[in-house]
Amino acid sequence: MINSYYVQRTAQAIFTVFAVITITFVLIRQIPGGPTSYVRSQLAQQSGSVDMEQINTLVEAYTNVRPDEPLYVQYFNYITSVAQGDLGTSMYYSTPVSEIMAAAVPWTVFVMSVSLVLTFGIGISLGALTAYVEGSRFDVGLTLISIFLNSIPYYVLAIILVYALGYQLDWFPIGGLVGGDVTVGLNLGFIASAIYHAALPIASFVVTGFGIQALTMRGNSIRVLGEDYIRVARLRGIPPSEIALQYVGRNAILPMYTGMMISIGFMFGGSIIMEEIFAYPGVGYYMFRAISASDYPLMMGAFLIITIAVVLGIFVADLTYGKIDPRAGQGGNRESY
Amino acid sequence: MTADDRTPDDVPFETVSSSEVTRGERIRATIDEWILVPARILWSDWRARVGTLIMLLYVLMGTVGVWLVDAPQIGEGERLIPPFTDPSYPLGTDSMGNDLFAQVVHATPPMLEMIVAGALFTTVMATIVGTFSGYKGGRTDKLLMMFTDILLTIPGLPLVIVIAVILEPREPWVIGIILTLNAWAGLARAIRSQVLTMREESFVEASRLMGLPTRTILVKDIVPGLMPYILVNFVNSARTVVFTSVGLYFLGILPFTNHNWGVMMNLAYTTGGALYTLRAAHWLLVPMAAIVLLSFGFILFAQGTDRLFNPRVRARHENNAGANSSDDADENSGKVSTHIQG
Repeated sequence: MINSYYVQRTAQAIFTVFAVITITFVLIRQIPGGPTSYVRSQLAQQSGSVDMEQINTLVEAYTNVRPDEPLYVQYFNYITSVAQGDLGTSMYYSTPVSEIMAAAVPWTVFVMSVSLVLTFGIGISLGALTAYVEGSRFDVGLTLISIFLNSIPYYVLAIILVYALGYQLDWFPIGGLVGGDVTVGLNLGFIASAIYHAALPIASFVVTGFGIQALTMRGNSIRVLGEDYIRVARLRGIPPSEIALQYVGRNAILPMYTGMMISIGFMFGGSIIMEEIFAYPGVGYYMFRAISASDYPLMMGAFLIITIAVVLGIFVADLTYGKIDPRAGQGGNRESY
Repeated sequence: MTADDRTPDDVPFETVSSSEVTRGERIRATIDEWILVPARILWSDWRARVGTLIMLLYVLMGTVGVWLVDAPQIGEGERLIPPFTDPSYPLGTDSMGNDLFAQVVHATPPMLEMIVAGALFTTVMATIVGTFSGYKGGRTDKLLMMFTDILLTIPGLPLVIVIAVILEPREPWVIGIILTLNAWAGLARAIRSQVLTMREESFVEASRLMGLPTRTILVKDIVPGLMPYILVNFVNSARTVVFTSVGLYFLGILPFTNHNWGVMMNLAYTTGGALYTLRAAHWLLVPMAAIVLLSFGFILFAQGTDRLFNPRVRARHENNAGANSSDDADENSGKVSTHIQG
């Protein structure tokens, strides 16, 4: 009974991944002029003769879906190969999709997790601060700045940054993961170079993203500050710092968890535009390349990987939420208050 | 009818109201309650006021503006005229001599169409699923929420991109709906949790005891109470539509059949070399400014509208609704919600 919350969350995460695999299966079959006609035209160019058997074999090699089999067999085969980590073969790069993704995923996760931590760290601190000095010039100014920064799409800031700091001033690199002169591994030069190359993408997300979190945190804190239990806590003589952290902070941050989960998906999804602008070869970069090259196995593989990353991120957030908010961990419905 | 003019033999439930409410009065009361009062509260907050004006500007640009400003034509002016130098091309021209101002204006109608379609789809779907799920509870709720949670977890942009690549939508309203295919899930969840508390209210219980069908209770009792919340989120999803559509046009994933600020950005970025020279920078900056200003208006409006939630502010204004004293609204009404902390 105590663990029903975790069981339910786990089941849900698995089911979501399953649903997304099903979606990619349906989409891969629905693409007009998809893999089959691509392979057919390629074969026709090479040998002139088009043999249906050959096409089907090739399509299966690329996408794990063999067009001449019955639908349920196709579906079953697709699920089992994806479950074994086989995402098909990229038509453009002619390498297994899973290899490309394995090389790209750590970088995207790195950029996204740093962005997420900074966005929420800065947002929550500034929001709490403005709530305490509510009505002051600092509060009004910061609120206005937050609103303004939040109304800039992250890709617009990204273009401005890459234009100003990359091309014009040449302060930051305009592409790549690390510099060419560093050795891969856990050494200082490598880490510094990685941070240097990721700085602008991270800045684009953080600068445009922290504003709304600060505003949300500010509103939540102000509401909590007005609650009776805060007054009672003050009357009981609990030190102000403890009230600020344990009472106000905790209760104001809890409702922001939903926002954080949405941000995980938003940022990972945004990596498609972001990594293209910064020529940063992460998952999103390859997904965009795949779209441009009509490389459907890679496109679907990247889509699947992004989704699984987001599902995992949200799953972890859900589990920690259960730890922080006792109401959620008790198996009750966390929406019911 | 006050207590004084009640005759001793008045029996409860058998007396008929002495004054009949005419149809006209009822309509006027409805307009008052639904449009004038919220409008007055909104207007008293500077953020909502500025936000409304910005949104109005874009609506005017998309309706009257298209009519006043001629559509951009290739070679109508010199190439790459800088902004604010030539009065006939106020924002300058691109590398083909297209008037940038005209491009911005003519990109507005399809954008408005996309926004309305996408935001309507989001709010309507979310309201239907959220209210029904929250009010019904039980197995219906569980099933609907499981479906919603799955949609919620699938990252929006990649899903939209994959679908856009396959369908290649051209009609603005179709694009608007595709862009918000799973955007409604988060809102549906939020609405549901509001309904969970509302369904225990006495007036809802009264309707239930009277045996009114669920649909009627939802439409007459639940949704009106959620209206401000829905309005705020209409504006929020409008911003999502703008951000996503411009992003997709910028990437070149949506077919370039309409004028769009994202198309302008894409052309400036890929063919104009706006990244390398300062001469073409305005080509990139003009559409960016158009996007930022519009979403600034959306956020200001949403922030200002927060106060519509606050029953205290609302109650004060409802008392004044008929009277002509809307001006007392401004003093510290923004603080009403926040000064309880004492």
